[in-house]
Amino acid sequence: MTKAVQWSLLVGGALLAILTGLVFGATFNGPAAFIEGIRAPESMARTILVEVRLPRVVLAFVVGGGLGIAGAALQALVRNPLADPYLLGLSGGAGLGAVLAIAVAGAAPWAVPTSAFVGALTAIVMVYRLSVAAGRRLDPRVLLLVGVVVGSFAGAIMSAIMVLATASELRNAFLWLLGGFSASSWQALGVYLAYATIPVVVLMTQARRLDLLTMGEETAQFLGADVERTKRVIYVTASLLTAAAVAVSGMIGFVGLVVPHAMRRLVGPLHTALLPAVFLASGGFLVLADSIARSIVAPIELPVGVVTALVGVPLFALLLRRTLR
Amino acid sequence: MILQAEHLTIRYADAPAPALSEVSLGVTPGSLMVLGGPNGSGKTTLLRALLGVLPPSTGSVSIDGRAVGNWPRDELARRIGVVSQREEVWVPLSVEEVVTMGRYAHLGPLTPIRAADRSVIQQVLERCDVAELRTRKADTLSGGEWQRVRIARALAQEPQALVLDEPGNALDVRHEMEVMELIRTLVDDGMACLLITHHLNLASRYADQVVLLDKGRIVAEGTPSDVLREEILSRVFGWPIAVTPWRGGSPQFIPLRPGDRDRIGG
Repeated sequence: MTKAVQWSLLVGGALLAILTGLVFGATFNGPAAFIEGIRAPESMARTILVEVRLPRVVLAFVVGGGLGIAGAALQALVRNPLADPYLLGLSGGAGLGAVLAIAVAGAAPWAVPTSAFVGALTAIVMVYRLSVAAGRRLDPRVLLLVGVVVGSFAGAIMSAIMVLATASELRNAFLWLLGGFSASSWQALGVYLAYATIPVVVLMTQARRLDLLTMGEETAQFLGADVERTKRVIYVTASLLTAAAVAVSGMIGFVGLVVPHAMRRLVGPLHTALLPAVFLASGGFLVLADSIARSIVAPIELPVGVVTALVGVPLFALLLRRTLR
Repeated sequence: MILQAEHLTIRYADAPAPALSEVSLGVTPGSLMVLGGPNGSGKTTLLRALLGVLPPSTGSVSIDGRAVGNWPRDELARRIGVVSQREEVWVPLSVEEVVTMGRYAHLGPLTPIRAADRSVIQQVLERCDVAELRTRKADTLSGGEWQRVRIARALAQEPQALVLDEPGNALDVRHEMEVMELIRTLVDDGMACLLITHHLNLASRYADQVVLLDKGRIVAEGTPSDVLREEILSRVFGWPIAVTPWRGGSPQFIPLRPGDRDRIGG
């Protein structure tokens, strides 16, 4: 497959996913409703299309893209294709923040994402501090270990709170933890872009350094990378990107794990091509997963994390088998 | 003097003795220095200190007259190419992609690969006899092919100095000789080269200078004929060794078996 064909497929696939996301849904489902929304400016279909569905689809796309490149970058950082944006303690911190907000503030709509974001940032800072405490250098193996430990600790506190909470609060917390875009709005999109744009741009500029890191730290140095600085930049930006995603959509697993893996097979492992490809494919993947989540058992909406896991796990198992031969 | 160490001492935490003590040496353009010595004598430690990976406990290391720690890594990579002892890849990179990484120090973060870069890549692939492997995945190469690809990548950096840690290790006779010939040509064209090897017989025929390390100290240095002498080698390696001149006069050593001395009457 030539490069032109690959990129046409990726861009075409992403556009098709966005169109699918706009056309299908619980209400105003199908092409006829979509065309009405385009044609009739004063219609209900137009309002739903512009005020509800468009921000939701765009948010799902950029959140997916962000999670994807965060995953790809972290995999290069720890030199392990199984690294996931949530592996480094973030999920525990964000979950604890969310559950605390639900337990303390009830279900105030602003409280959960804000508290989850703060929880994620706290976990990032803790993992980072503990990882560099062992030595002046940031050792990816220590980072993984500390991430798992901090995540488990936060998870334990979260479980304790959930056991003590009442049933309805529990259900809210549980649903939130599985992620979703039902609270999307242009405002939520604005908040996400405010936090995510700089990390995305910074990660893109680190593409060549990520290539060098995959060769091992010492080799990367000899080839011109300031390894310690690069590792810190990548850890902080990828984590911020994930925390921003958590704040607007809860925790959506498997996008950052499965898509980079698949894209390495399609466009190769060099990050100048890999990161943009992962962004397009992860965005499209999450838009499609969200479309399935809100239409498959409508009017009930499945958490999108359930869909990404249901699609992602078998796909991942397949890729893993082929990789390990 | 492109690579220089002065009174360099490296002490690892918890080690009873320093890994290197009071080592001073300098590598000049157009000369090939071979670093030899028994296992654990401090060769790789010295190399890592010279490249700024290990900070000196005392003493100093400078490159082109500037302390190694003060060089930005990308500027350093444009001056010094390194082929380290071991390296493994976990992503399926092609040979061409691996060698292209040698150009990264010459490129900005988002600069596309230019025609000039491609022509350098093509030259070094040919020079290292790996041009026909360019689309092969690095994890399918033989040890010798991988070694030559790594040398090609170091040359793609267009360095003024080349540092190699046992490059001949995985190579058969032909490929090892080709690598040594290549290094000698580069040195004759003005490159500075520091080479760690256990193959002192080859070193003797190619090197301008030999430095022998033992227990972290320089125990002999000079031309091959100065250093590769029976009494020095036997003492440093702790094994009886005979030295005999090869046709051009370069000393060649033969480790002896018990009783060899009596049979050859030495």
